[in-house]
Amino acid sequence: MTGRHGTPPDPGALAPPSDGGRNGTPTAKAPRTARPRTPGRGVPLLLLAPALLGLAFLLVPLLALLLRAPWRSLPEQLTSPEVWQALRLSLVCATAATALSLVIGVPLAWLLARTEFPGRGLVRALVTLPLVLPPVVGGVALLLALGRNGVVGQWLDAWFGITLPFTTAGVVLAETFVAMPFLVISVEGTLRAADPRYEEAAATLGASRFTAFRRVTLPLVAPGIAAGAVLAWARALGEFGATITFAGNFPGRTQTMPLAVYLALQNDPAAAIALSLVLLAVSVAVLAGLRDRWMRTV
Amino acid sequence: MTRSAHRPRRRLRTAGAAAAVLLALGGCSASGADTSGSVGDGPSGTVTVFAAASLEEGFTTLGERFEKEHPGTTVTFSFGGSDTLAAGISGGAPADVFAAASTRTMKTVTDEGLTAGSPSTFVRNRLEIATLPGNPRGIGSLRDLAAPGLKVVLCDRTVPCGAAAHTALTAAGVDLTPVSYEQDVKSALTKVALKEADAAVVYRTDVRAAGDRVEGVEFPESAEAVNDYPIALLENAPNPTAAKAFVALVESPEGRKVLTGAGFLAP
Repeated sequence: MTGRHGTPPDPGALAPPSDGGRNGTPTAKAPRTARPRTPGRGVPLLLLAPALLGLAFLLVPLLALLLRAPWRSLPEQLTSPEVWQALRLSLVCATAATALSLVIGVPLAWLLARTEFPGRGLVRALVTLPLVLPPVVGGVALLLALGRNGVVGQWLDAWFGITLPFTTAGVVLAETFVAMPFLVISVEGTLRAADPRYEEAAATLGASRFTAFRRVTLPLVAPGIAAGAVLAWARALGEFGATITFAGNFPGRTQTMPLAVYLALQNDPAAAIALSLVLLAVSVAVLAGLRDRWMRTV
Repeated sequence: MTRSAHRPRRRLRTAGAAAAVLLALGGCSASGADTSGSVGDGPSGTVTVFAAASLEEGFTTLGERFEKEHPGTTVTFSFGGSDTLAAGISGGAPADVFAAASTRTMKTVTDEGLTAGSPSTFVRNRLEIATLPGNPRGIGSLRDLAAPGLKVVLCDRTVPCGAAAHTALTAAGVDLTPVSYEQDVKSALTKVALKEADAAVVYRTDVRAAGDRVEGVEFPESAEAVNDYPIALLENAPNPTAAKAFVALVESPEGRKVLTGAGFLAP
């Protein structure tokens, strides 16, 4: 058993020499500046063991990908035009999906955080539904709504001659459907944490509600928006189920990297691993590049 | 706020994963308990059959008949892509019978010495064009699929139905650009059933299984790409007695009748 008070049972490696006493009784020392996330002086084994297991669980598969990568044939695999076609399509579509999510997701988050209307809790729950829904189900739902014969799609086809399935625009919509909830949740959370009195002050100074949103609220929650956008982008980049169901799979038009990986896996695992490595490298590069600038605030 | 909003979701996922694990474990122990009961002369206990997805309709019917003919038996099916099932068998999945949609896939299992005896072909399947009910675009041959403005979906060439479609299209000398290369035959069929595509090249059995939602169009080049379906008893079958009886039913005239009724061809 780990002691609840005083020194933890494993004081050796992780505890610094000076005992701050944060684990047990309050000390006479001056209170530290407010850093609520500062951990205790020691790490209980009951937390450390599962934590390390969790870390290994997440990292070992990625490590396996590196260990089993066909390094010798890799240059050959990666110089094929199909790979770059799929990668370019993935990047373009994920970015477009993020842009679309920003345009319609941020106002939605504002609506959920700053206005009162009946059934708001239900609406919020519905907004997060795509997070728990299997993406394939999302793809089927999109087909039924926006397909050539869909509830809305048949009118798009009849009036404008627009059909979305099997098009790059369809990929963007599928990715937006799956990724936007991440942005909405993130922005809504930041909005709730932000002090509404700034906006009220702007209003008393004569700003309209929209001006207050544009000049006060947006700059205030910019870090939350950026973090949400990164999450949404990453989710869109890895999107598979909704994309292949709604937009199909055609090289250069709707075949994004995850689709290429899945289909390569059927008969050429080496190619699938090579493609996975590219996707992994891109994801790591982007998240690492943005981390210092944006992610720290989350 | 962001973090607290994420927490319930994580909890949900954990609960889901835990439930999945429990279900899987429950399934394992149940089948394990049942199969141990195969004593005596007649078949008893559980037979576990790994079968290609296209066999679902026919095999489900045969499974029910088997259970009726041999009281005390249960037939458990795992339907899926043949390659996926073969990988499962290689990985030690406790199956009694394997029925694949291609001899190439069965060969990967026999090459590892995992079948008891040699597999036998019990049915064959050929391709057909699936199009919208009433055939509004007047499709009569593979060549018609190349008409401009027609939305055609094919299976990806990496999966058996796509490879077969490629063979047939090459034989017909048709150069076709589909709107999508689908990941399996059922997704290709669904695109037509939902009227998102005008036509798909799928198996005859899939057209039958879809009923009124699609209309089938036969084409002569399908003879160039006929799939043989082999069935085999597995070496490590937990319940070989009942497994043998099930294979016998599949290969019997009665079994053949059920399967040809589902659109398969006699071997």
